[in-house]
Amino acid sequence: MARTRPIMPAWFHRLGSPKGFYSMTTPWLPWLAAASLVLLIGGAVWGLGFAPADAKQGNSFRIIYIHVPSAFLALAGYYVMAVAGAIGLIWRMKLSFVAMKAAAPLGAALTLISLVTGALWGKPTWGTYWVWDARITSMLVLFFLYLGVIALHYAYTNGEAAGKAAAVLALVGTANIPIIYKSVDWWYTLHQPATIKLTEAPSMHPSMFQPLLVMIAGFYCLYALVLILNIRAEILHRERGSHWVVELARSRRS
Amino acid sequence: MSAPDVVPTLATGRAFRALLVRDLTLAFRHRGEMANPLIFFVMVATLIPLGVTPESRQLAALAPGIIWVMALLASLLSAESLFLADYRDGTLEQLVLSPQPLWLMVLAKITVHWLVTGLPLTLLSPLLGIMLSLPAAGFGSLMVSLVLGTAALSMIGAIGAALTVAISRGGLLLSLIVMPLYMPVLIFGASAVQLAVDGMSPAGNLAVLGALLAFSCLLSPFATAGALRVSLHG
Repeated sequence: MARTRPIMPAWFHRLGSPKGFYSMTTPWLPWLAAASLVLLIGGAVWGLGFAPADAKQGNSFRIIYIHVPSAFLALAGYYVMAVAGAIGLIWRMKLSFVAMKAAAPLGAALTLISLVTGALWGKPTWGTYWVWDARITSMLVLFFLYLGVIALHYAYTNGEAAGKAAAVLALVGTANIPIIYKSVDWWYTLHQPATIKLTEAPSMHPSMFQPLLVMIAGFYCLYALVLILNIRAEILHRERGSHWVVELARSRRS
Repeated sequence: MSAPDVVPTLATGRAFRALLVRDLTLAFRHRGEMANPLIFFVMVATLIPLGVTPESRQLAALAPGIIWVMALLASLLSAESLFLADYRDGTLEQLVLSPQPLWLMVLAKITVHWLVTGLPLTLLSPLLGIMLSLPAAGFGSLMVSLVLGTAALSMIGAIGAALTVAISRGGLLLSLIVMPLYMPVLIFGASAVQLAVDGMSPAGNLAVLGALLAFSCLLSPFATAGALRVSLHG
């Protein structure tokens, strides 16, 4: 392992050690919690209470303020998980496997939320909870991909091998996600075309769109917060025998 | 991964061929095991008329998808055995230690797996087409799509098999992790047959299947080799 070490800033190395990560993220938590609370409450009140009702769908469209942010993060969360796994495989960083393990159930939960809200939205809009539409199906496949990574992780008894195996699977899944995503174009049937396009002006009215952006920002903050909390909990569990964790527990108790 | 010069090493091409011949020989000595996925394939085809309807027009409408789903399941069932015997008797350890690149050895094993499952499934598929009254226009497309598709399935299944080989009773887990990855292949395979039945050209879908196969050939041997290393050495 003692090959040429790249010159990286000190914070990078602190981030790589479990103890460094733990102490580094402690002051972040109140800020992240405050930001996600303000953004989520603000965005929800704005979106649910003040944005105009949709001309065709009436008030039922308002579920978009939960549905779209969770779908966004469900997909982004898979990449977070896969990139963390890749970093772990390439640089043998212990912490990135911890991050990957923490990201998997979080992403799966967000995928489930987006599926359930989508189904609830489908009932008043299409008259049915479930349609085998391309976008819904690819979200379901994404959910299965998450479940596979989680199940594989749990099946291994050796923690290190579990991380590596799950990382390989997450990377293979990443190669498949663009194919699944492309299927949106191929099997476009019932669903609306993608509402937020990065290259074009949004087709939503700004008064509906702005609260959505606030909600997306809020979801990102909440995601970061929960991910860090998950990682910290996993760090404490893995390092439970080490000196600094024992010290920490003792100082909390007194 | 280079061996010391004093050790005479087998040329990589010859090692590949030797493994291919060995695995094929082993497969033919266990003909019963080889036949199991095929029997499964035909048996499930019998369940469909019993469970759904024996009426030929309805069966014809379902046939492309059902034959494809069953081929997928048969391929999935046989994927578990890809590395299991070699893992148990230690051959896999020797393959990993050998100076030849592991991905190439893996490629040989996947090729044999396809030759003893995917190819027979394809050859048997017209029989299922007749049993499920698939319209005549669909047969050519069915076979071409299965040749390409089952090869891609073998490639993808190998990754899952390598990841679960060291887990006791990993068979169910293997299906869990591999099935989402199978889905694009199923979608294009079944719709290629459906297009041919509807009188349209399946060329585009077959081309995508070929692309999926090419892509999986590129990715799978390396991912499988990496997964085998994780399974064996943690």
